[in-house]
Amino acid sequence: MPHNQHIFSAFDRDLEAVQALIMKMGGMVEAALSDAARALETQDEELADQVRLGDAAIDAIDELINTECAKLIALRAPMGSDLRTVLAVMKIASNLERCGDYAKNLAKRSKVLATLTPISGAAGSLRRMGRLVGLMLKDALDAFIARDAALAEDVRQRDQDVDQMYNTLFREFLTHMMEDPRKISAFMHLHFIAKNIERVGDHATSIAEQVIYLTTGSMPGEARPKVEGVQSEPEA
Amino acid sequence: MKDLVMNAQTNKIEARKVQVYYGTNHAIKDVDVDIIDKTVTAFIGPSGCGKSTFLRCLNRMNDTIPVCRIEGRITLDGEDIYDARVDPVQLRAKVGMVFQKPNPFPKSIYDNVAYGPKIHGLTRSKAELDAVVESCLRKAALWNEVKDRLSAPGTSLSGGQQQRLCIARAIATSPEVLLMDEPCSALDPIATAQVEELIDELRSQFSVVIVTHSMQQAARVSQRTAFFHLGNLVEYGETTQIFTNPLDPRTESYITGRIG
Repeated sequence: MPHNQHIFSAFDRDLEAVQALIMKMGGMVEAALSDAARALETQDEELADQVRLGDAAIDAIDELINTECAKLIALRAPMGSDLRTVLAVMKIASNLERCGDYAKNLAKRSKVLATLTPISGAAGSLRRMGRLVGLMLKDALDAFIARDAALAEDVRQRDQDVDQMYNTLFREFLTHMMEDPRKISAFMHLHFIAKNIERVGDHATSIAEQVIYLTTGSMPGEARPKVEGVQSEPEA
Repeated sequence: MKDLVMNAQTNKIEARKVQVYYGTNHAIKDVDVDIIDKTVTAFIGPSGCGKSTFLRCLNRMNDTIPVCRIEGRITLDGEDIYDARVDPVQLRAKVGMVFQKPNPFPKSIYDNVAYGPKIHGLTRSKAELDAVVESCLRKAALWNEVKDRLSAPGTSLSGGQQQRLCIARAIATSPEVLLMDEPCSALDPIATAQVEELIDELRSQFSVVIVTHSMQQAARVSQRTAFFHLGNLVEYGETTQIFTNPLDPRTESYITGRIG
């Protein structure tokens, strides 16, 4: 903690406890995402099942964090940076919970994809995008613990690369589908996979924004830099 | 447009470079504050930080302390309240005060409220005085509880009622500013809520300056908050900003309950 201690030390313990829960949850989500990516690549159905079933634990820790934060607000009436910490923890927990859902969805699709024609080429791009997003999430959480606004800002900026990669993949998939309609089903799945990874990047960005709010007291002022999007993207 | 909004806030009290000494003890150091009209301003800070001392400067309550010396300038509507021509008694009719402990006069409920208007000659008839008493007791949210026993002694009321009686007494002289020094510290949570509700209503008519040890109370009732520490005014700003994003590390330490 970059701060002095509270006079009432139980307050410190409570604040540290919710932050420890966030880090634990972050670890679980990062593992779920990387396992889902590996299951996808190696078509490992057993691993995919593990990810799917593991989401319940992520949801449970999200609920626990919410309950603990509600308790903190009710019993300790946090102010100033303590208040911002609790607000950021709640927001980050729901961002991570969504990331967990995307990991679960990736795992589900990897099982379906395994039954379809293998598709070369796309895997490499998806892997790169997955790695980029995984690193964003890790850095966003590191920035939270270190109260590092510069690192958080860096994460925010990186989101445009992810958006760019997603747009490129989208066009690529579209071309493949037009060339060979038999592959539409497989590419639709791949597209959702790409979209899910892109959404995880958005949540990592949102976590980074919470870190900026927490450290500076205000949300990043300027609108987030955005890459021109595709015209009609289906909702994942 | 922004200028218009800024101009809508007028300063009721302006304090500039105020120093207070108790003998050799420099209790208030170089304090500049603007108290905005029709706004609740809270003074917070640890014990001995000077917030009550400064509050008492605003209606010259410190005049009665022989070793107390005040420098600098404090104006009410632009007029220096320490000017030799200012009558402190008249000043205190304009700048009323409510204290920590309810201190009703040993008189009836009616006379407690009627006392100020009587000595300042603010009413011309009994009927007019009756109207003032009723209106002040209503504003203090006490009327319904005492209307049938106005001749009962003020001291027969409960603590919370006594404090509201003191508020009714303080507003009976139609003050422009109401100073409150820890008005709820001797009250239970319900009486506290009633007084806070009252403060919020009074804001449409006067400026209220409240000293409080309860940061929750400052957050609940005030629009602006000033944080005092060791005789200095450390930070003064919008209450929301002070409690969510204080700029000075000393303010942050204090409001979050850390050792400064």
